[in-house]
Amino acid sequence: MAYRSFTLEMMKNDKGGKVLLLVLLALIIFVPSLNLFTSTDSVFHVSTYTLTLLGKYLCYALLAVALDLVWGYCGILSLGHGAFFALGGYGMGMYLMRQIGDRGVYGNPELPDFMVFLNWQELPWFWQGFDMFWFAMLMVIVVPGLLAFVFGWLAFRSRVTGVYLSIMTQALTYALLLAFFRNEMGFGGNNGLTDFKDILGYDLQAGSTRAVLFIASALALALGYLLCRYIVTSKLGRVVVAIRDAEDRARFIGYKVESFKLWVFVVSAILAGIAGALYVPQVGIINPGEFSPLNSIELVVWVAVGGRATLYGAALGAVAVNYGKTYFTAVLPELWLFALGALFIIVTVFMPKGIIGLREQLRKKRSEMKKADSGEDTSDSPQSEGSQ
Amino acid sequence: MKELDRLREVMRRDRVFDFVAEKRMPFATGRHTIVPGELDISHGTILYVEDITVSFDGFKALNDLTLYINDGELRCIIGPNGAGKTTMMDVITGKTRPDSGVAYFGQTMDLTRMSEYEIAHAGIGRKFQKPTIFPFHTIFQNLELAMAADKRVWPTLIASITGEQRERINDVLEIIGLKDLRSKEAAQLSHGQKQWLEIGMLLMQNPRLLLVDEPVAGMTHQEMDKTAELLKRLAGDHSVVVVEHDMDFVRSIAETVTVLHEGSVLAEGSMDEVQNDPRVIEVYLGE
Repeated sequence: MAYRSFTLEMMKNDKGGKVLLLVLLALIIFVPSLNLFTSTDSVFHVSTYTLTLLGKYLCYALLAVALDLVWGYCGILSLGHGAFFALGGYGMGMYLMRQIGDRGVYGNPELPDFMVFLNWQELPWFWQGFDMFWFAMLMVIVVPGLLAFVFGWLAFRSRVTGVYLSIMTQALTYALLLAFFRNEMGFGGNNGLTDFKDILGYDLQAGSTRAVLFIASALALALGYLLCRYIVTSKLGRVVVAIRDAEDRARFIGYKVESFKLWVFVVSAILAGIAGALYVPQVGIINPGEFSPLNSIELVVWVAVGGRATLYGAALGAVAVNYGKTYFTAVLPELWLFALGALFIIVTVFMPKGIIGLREQLRKKRSEMKKADSGEDTSDSPQSEGSQ
Repeated sequence: MKELDRLREVMRRDRVFDFVAEKRMPFATGRHTIVPGELDISHGTILYVEDITVSFDGFKALNDLTLYINDGELRCIIGPNGAGKTTMMDVITGKTRPDSGVAYFGQTMDLTRMSEYEIAHAGIGRKFQKPTIFPFHTIFQNLELAMAADKRVWPTLIASITGEQRERINDVLEIIGLKDLRSKEAAQLSHGQKQWLEIGMLLMQNPRLLLVDEPVAGMTHQEMDKTAELLKRLAGDHSVVVVEHDMDFVRSIAETVTVLHEGSVLAEGSMDEVQNDPRVIEVYLGE
């Protein structure tokens, strides 16, 4: 009972979060069943393509929630969060490669195709253990977490902040992009890892496997959201916001600011890694392109569009922008980048609080207009001075 | 070299001799007990600043500054712009490391070796020149965050507020006169109220020494009177060091005044003594 009341306490005053969780619940119930149990010509049928697309969006949403935790609440604008997502993805990809076994083009039971192609004789040490699912999943958490820890430890201890930190995160993901492009790295070079066959013995092309992956993504998003919500409503969450708003003050009242930043950064990187791991089996490929700096910047746009420091806003932004991307790249492919740029400018100039903040903005404006219309003496309110 | 290092160890004031300290036991001397990491004011002096020099690109912000603050004292520090008042606070709170000199908190704590948060835990609170509060937290939350507690990451994650702590916050709200505004966002406070809130945040830390940088800048006369009263009330239980420009305000609260000029102490004494000191008059009225 104590546990329940605790959860309720945390979700109180979180209307948006409740809506998000209800939507996820509905998705978990309806989407897979409409996909599996209706006939393809029924109006209610959800195609496997749509199911997979939605699953992809959910992974993006989890990634956006993770970024919102560090950016919206702690003020660390990471322009390299895509790197953690990609590393998580590679962790899963390596497991899926090992699952192929001797069904590859070269039929080598031990080595993935690209290694045979490169004339490698044995499995490199860092591929050991990835035939075991639990080990791969552990790495999905450990590798992004460790990278974030080392990077954050060095950066935050040296008190690198603001734009400089953003540039460094960008450099981090770019460096990884270049490294993973190299064949000698042992991650499949620019082709990356693909041609996956099955996961835990289940065929990846089967509708039921897809449905399970979709459900797993929705659950991961829900749990990730709850974890972040727990963090931001805790005292630690208040400290983190305090650091965002007045770092020196937080330091002089006795908080070791570096440790708090590092903690939040690592948690966020781990969530991003998990999102990446769920993403890869659904899209069927992971390649160095995922490290591209542009991806990380797009991710920042999702969060900005949805609304910073709300968590559910980030999830909404991720889905909205990606839906726009899917639509635009199909209809007017050459315009997508322009649309993305315009979107970012419009949001930062006119909607500083994103879609979530829009309602409040409109309400404010309406009440102002009402005041002016009703002919009240508004000379004391500064907003209406200009119109008088 | 080894001998020299050993000698240095013996000379360090923040430690007892190594052979004693290793046991990590409270060490009873004839008169009192020395416990590592605990403030020791057995000599009645809470802050020792000796021969501190700080230079930025050749400019000496502090030049052989020596200053002692007694336990429970209310000390005002005045001086023209660029006299080194804020730099002095930076050195004491660990923000700036001196080029030479020592700064001790009590008998045993070497401030030049401690980081900001360690110094805050040891019991030195600092108010900035510009009121610095957490704008998007309520008044209550501002005080809660400042409250003395285990401020490491994991304990902070699971921390919840106890009834006793709530009472303590209410007490401080009473002292700084913001009780009715407790649920308001701090950003909505007036300038003067923000200053008080910041002082309240220092109080929540249970500090032994309060460093207050220009507390009445931009305040109305009534607010100033209220601030003077507040600071006077704090002295005694706490040692308070106030840096201020406003002479009327200094006169209204000061017991002892220290005048800084070009990074070192020019004069020290009561307000009247200081004001009649010919060197002080020269510095203030122009060369």
